Amino acid sequence: MILGDAIRAEIDELATRYPERRGALLPALHLVEREHGHISPDATRELADLFGLRPNEVLAVVSFYEMFGTEPRGRHRAGVCTNLPCSLRGARTLLAQLELHLGVRAGETTDDGRLTLGREECLGACAAAPMMRVDEVDHEHLDFEKASAILDGLE
Amino acid sequence: MTLSIPNTTGYLTEHCGDDAFATLKGYTARGGYSAARKALRSKPAELLELVERSGLQSRGGMGLPTGAKWRCMPSERDGPSYLVCNAGESEPGSFKDRLLLERAPHKLIEGILIAAKATGAEKTFLYIRGEYFRAARAMERAIEEARSAGYLGKGRLRRRFAHDIVITRGAGAYICSEETALLESLEGKRGEPRNRLPLPGGLHAFGRPTTVNDVETLCHLPHIVEHGVDWFRSFGTEQSPGTTLFGVSGHVVQPGLYELPLGTPLDEIVFEYARGIPHGRRVKGVIPGGLSMAILPAGQLNVPMANESLRERKAMLGAGGLIVMDETTCMVRVACIISGFFRHESCGRCTQCREGAGWLHKLVQRLERGTGTRKDIAILEDVARKMEGQAICGFADSAAWSIQGLLRHFRDDFDAHVRQRQCPFAGSFEL
Repeated sequence: MILGDAIRAEIDELATRYPERRGALLPALHLVEREHGHISPDATRELADLFGLRPNEVLAVVSFYEMFGTEPRGRHRAGVCTNLPCSLRGARTLLAQLELHLGVRAGETTDDGRLTLGREECLGACAAAPMMRVDEVDHEHLDFEKASAILDGLE
Repeated sequence: MTLSIPNTTGYLTEHCGDDAFATLKGYTARGGYSAARKALRSKPAELLELVERSGLQSRGGMGLPTGAKWRCMPSERDGPSYLVCNAGESEPGSFKDRLLLERAPHKLIEGILIAAKATGAEKTFLYIRGEYFRAARAMERAIEEARSAGYLGKGRLRRRFAHDIVITRGAGAYICSEETALLESLEGKRGEPRNRLPLPGGLHAFGRPTTVNDVETLCHLPHIVEHGVDWFRSFGTEQSPGTTLFGVSGHVVQPGLYELPLGTPLDEIVFEYARGIPHGRRVKGVIPGGLSMAILPAGQLNVPMANESLRERKAMLGAGGLIVMDETTCMVRVACIISGFFRHESCGRCTQCREGAGWLHKLVQRLERGTGTRKDIAILEDVARKMEGQAICGFADSAAWSIQGLLRHFRDDFDAHVRQRQCPFAGSFEL
């Protein structure tokens, strides 16, 4: 079993908040994603059991949402917003500079497994463009110096 | 945090700059929850009538009358019914609900209590987009405080009305801010929009009657209950009363959030409040309501920011996000970003949308690179036309209208790319 007792208990508690157990599926996927860094085939099968679903039904949900992944990613995730308000203020130039600096393209993970660089659609910080999200924190009013220093400082 | 404080405030965002306002103590010290107490003493029909007379329009995009949305709840019910708060804010250029969630969480809870009382909902599901970590934490804290003070769950208000709020976090899908897709997602499914009647009635979460309201709309309610219809109608226009939070981004000196009455002229917001275009440049165009609304060219910016006046110019208020572009901007690059967004975010359920959005993006990319032909522009127009009114939800319409708007007002930019076989706007932002 890949899902531990603690996470199973937490999922059972979450399920009591919804009129139907399946309502807790997205919250459960967030828990698994946070603990394991992705939703593996084993986790998918075990979640299916917990929710009375078939594994492919769980996979269909996982694959729909950008924040859930079926493959392991870096220890940290950074996403530069490249939607229009940020792009007007240089976000795509910033992303290209960060790609060069890290030696990876958007969507790829550094060789040491430290960081996955990505691009994001609008993250709702348009007045502070350009911006990026690193794990759970937004960094605003960026330029290359600021952004690369933030990424270089990650463990 | 730069987005914590709006640049101009009104009744909605007053005190939002004060950290204590996000706490129960700070909120009640400013008179918070007195409207909820008043509402819970009222009859649902009285609240419904009050909000109907106030003319409060939904602030999430469609601008529908809130009272009419509430009236869609069946009067006879044989079980539980729900309120869903749409905090799925994902419209590019729009960032107002984030401020309310983070800085005025108790105001939202108070608004939820009022709406729940009016619609007879026993529970609220607050669906917050997954990327809003800070907003979700702020709401969790506030809900916990409101529970221990007895405003939610068992306690102070329970004798009259017991209500609780459950937070569900989205997981990164733009379409889940469309209300039927949101309901699917809430139920633990893929967030694909549902088939629906032309009217926004008859919504169901978990098979039970449900009302969906957005964050800002709910935040107006305590003020309407507290101060009444005449006071509320003293802001804004006859058809669009109240203030709203305009987000201004792109090429302006002072981007930010501005709480202003509906009907404030677009050029006043851009040139006076946001202090105009930097580097002494001129404006080229403004998208008035967020990325999926049609653009307005420099000559049409004297329009009042209210749905009745924007519709005359084939634009919409949407979620009130103004994206400003200066004269250096290549509108074909803008089209690339917009169509790329729609291609990425199409849920894929309807063929016209899934295939159409891909076609739009491929065609504008070809034009931007200078390898497009006049025929490509004609195909672009044709594909956009064939996407209109053909899909289950409004997403395909938005994709089509935003490209049509660019073609309507900036056709020269597209033609120049074909003629010169390259992008003629060397100084434009980079793709």
